[in-house]
This record gives sequence, structure tokens and C-alpha cells, in this order.
Amino acid sequence: MNQWKNFSKGFFKENAVFVLLLGLCPTLGVTTSAFNGLGMGLATTFVLTMSNIAVSLVKNVIPDKVRIPSFIVIIASFVTVVELVMQAFVPDLFAALGIFIPLIVVNCIVLGRAEAFASKHTVLTAAIDGLGMGLGFSMALTILGSVREMLGSGSIFGLKFLPGDGMLVFVLAPGAFLVLGYLIVLVRKINRKGA
Amino acid sequence: MEYIIIIISAVFVNNIVLSKFLGLCPFIGVSNKVETSVGMSGAVAFVMVIATIVTYLLYQYVLIPLGITFMRTITFILVIASLVQMVEIVLKKVSPPLYQALGIFLPLITTNCTVLGVAVLAVQNDFNLLESVVFAIGNAAGFGIAIIIFAGIRDQLELLNVPKAMKGVPIALVVAGLLALAFLGFGGIV
Repeated sequence: MNQWKNFSKGFFKENAVFVLLLGLCPTLGVTTSAFNGLGMGLATTFVLTMSNIAVSLVKNVIPDKVRIPSFIVIIASFVTVVELVMQAFVPDLFAALGIFIPLIVVNCIVLGRAEAFASKHTVLTAAIDGLGMGLGFSMALTILGSVREMLGSGSIFGLKFLPGDGMLVFVLAPGAFLVLGYLIVLVRKINRKGA
Repeated sequence: MEYIIIIISAVFVNNIVLSKFLGLCPFIGVSNKVETSVGMSGAVAFVMVIATIVTYLLYQYVLIPLGITFMRTITFILVIASLVQMVEIVLKKVSPPLYQALGIFLPLITTNCTVLGVAVLAVQNDFNLLESVVFAIGNAAGFGIAIIIFAGIRDQLELLNVPKAMKGVPIALVVAGLLALAFLGFGGIV
């Protein structure tokens, strides 16, 4: 597999949210606006890339039996780094994402990539995989956030293009489920045509 | 009285699955059969209550005195991971059928965000020990109610003629959206 394919699979063919359906909690929880979605996506991308690199560096040192706990400790350390950095430099975003920042630890994508990919590949390949999957995840979150923001408050990235309040339900919980459901249908249609 | 408010708020108003979006993986994954959902919510409730007690004590009596509260995430996830391992061993001995039924999802409780989420939220809200326990019980009940109702609906859904592209997860998400809409109606009672 060449590196470009390795990088680009995270966007469409194996998109974490639309195709693999991993990491649904942050996906639905933070995407009340495009900006929040993008911020969460980038934070996850950092953790994913760094933990992929770290796991692939130590893969030969860790005994097979304590593999999963070790991965979790590695991931939790990077999440703590993100937590502290975001609290210091982007406090508004940190407050908006709230509980979902510490919960990156239990995001199935991160542990899933560490276990299924990084522990079997070289450092460079693992890093590219992490970056690709992470950016694909960010893309999905930004799309979902944009759609919800457009329908729910008539704006995108905070720029208003419609007067009034929009359909509030799309910013609230039910809208998250509905929009994601229909986006998955759309991606399935597109993927089937391509294949 | 305030304990009743905590419970009602956790079960209905701020339902952990339908309004806080935690624990969606088992919510979508396990909820095909009512029996498995009941088992799953039992396992989650058990782990959640114990985990909240242990993490609360650790946070108050170890992390705060030592001034290392930034280690919260790492400490909590380690405690939860070991607890899940323990539950798995006990369940294997005590109830092999249930162990069989829960299969892969038991180790996945570790990465079930409800458990870590409730532990972190209990600390963030400055609850005392008893309030934290009540909070954990309420959230466990909320998770159970949501996942069992959902499993019942999905049972019926299998018999319906759903458009091909919507089969499986998309229709489940739409149903979850409608369910969340219904739970929105509880807003304002507390």
C-alpha cells in the first residue's frame, strides 16, 4: 500500500464516522456548530497521530498481555497534554467542548487505530495513518457541524446568512441524530455509485 | 429531596444517551435484542457505581492532597479498566450465559464513555460521596431505560420495509432522534 492511499483512506473509503461508525459520542455531542466540530476534530487528530507514533515506537517492548492497558496509558497522557494546552490557549473552545475533551481517551477510533494499525506498522506509516484518519474525522465533524449550524441557526462558522433563529431542534440533541442518519445515507449512496 | 432531583434529572431531563450523547457505541451496537440490552445495562450500572465511588475517593484523598489533579484522566481510566477486568472474571464464573451474550461488549465497557463521563462529571459538579453515588445510579438507570426502549423499537423495525440505503444504522439514528425529541419533552420538570 503506498503512502498516499494510506493517508487518503481516512476521508472516504474508511471514514471513521460515516463508514466505520466509530467515535459517535463526540461526533454527535460537540457538533452544535462548525467551529466546535473542527476544534474537536483537530484535538482528536493530534492525539491520534501522536499515540499512533508512540505505540508503533514501543510495539516491540510491550508484552502482548498488557498491550491494551499500555496503549490506554499512552493515549491518556496525550489527552492530558491536549487538555492542558487547550485550557491555556483556547479557553472558550475548551469550555464549549467540555466533558468531551477528557473523553477522547475512550474514543474508539484512537484505541482502534493503535491496536489494529500502529502496533503492526512502522513509525512513518502509523503516523500517516493517524493523520489521515484524524483529518477524515475532522472533516466529518465539520460537515455535520456546518449542516446543523446552517439549519439550526442560519449561520456557518458564526457568519449569519439568514435572518432569524432557524430551526432550533437541529442544534438540540434530536437534530444531531437525524442529521447524522441522513448524512450516512448520502455517503452510502455516493460510495455505491463509485464502486 | 435533592437526591430525588438528581435522579429525575439524570434519568429523564439530561438523559445520558439521548441528551448528553455518551455511550452511543453500545447504544447502537448492542440494542438489537431486549435481553442483551438488559444484560448490558446491568453490567454498565454495576461498573459505573463502583467506578464512581473509587474514582471519587481517589480524587478527594489522593489527587487533591498531592496537588496532581491534572492526572485525573489517566487515573480514572486505569481504575475503570481494572474494574471491568474484574467484572469480566466474576461474570464468567457466576453467569456463563450472560457472559456469552455480552461477548465482545464487556471489555468495551472500558471504552464506554458513560463510565468515565459520569466519574468525571461527578467530580466536576462538586458532589459529595453520597450525591456522586446517587448521580451514578440515576445515570445508569437513564442509560438502561434508553437502551431498552430503543431495543424494543428496533425489534419492530426489523419487520418493516425500509429503503435499502437506510437499512441498519441510519434508520436507527433517525429513530434515536425521534426518541430524543420525545425526551426533550421532559425538559423543565426539574
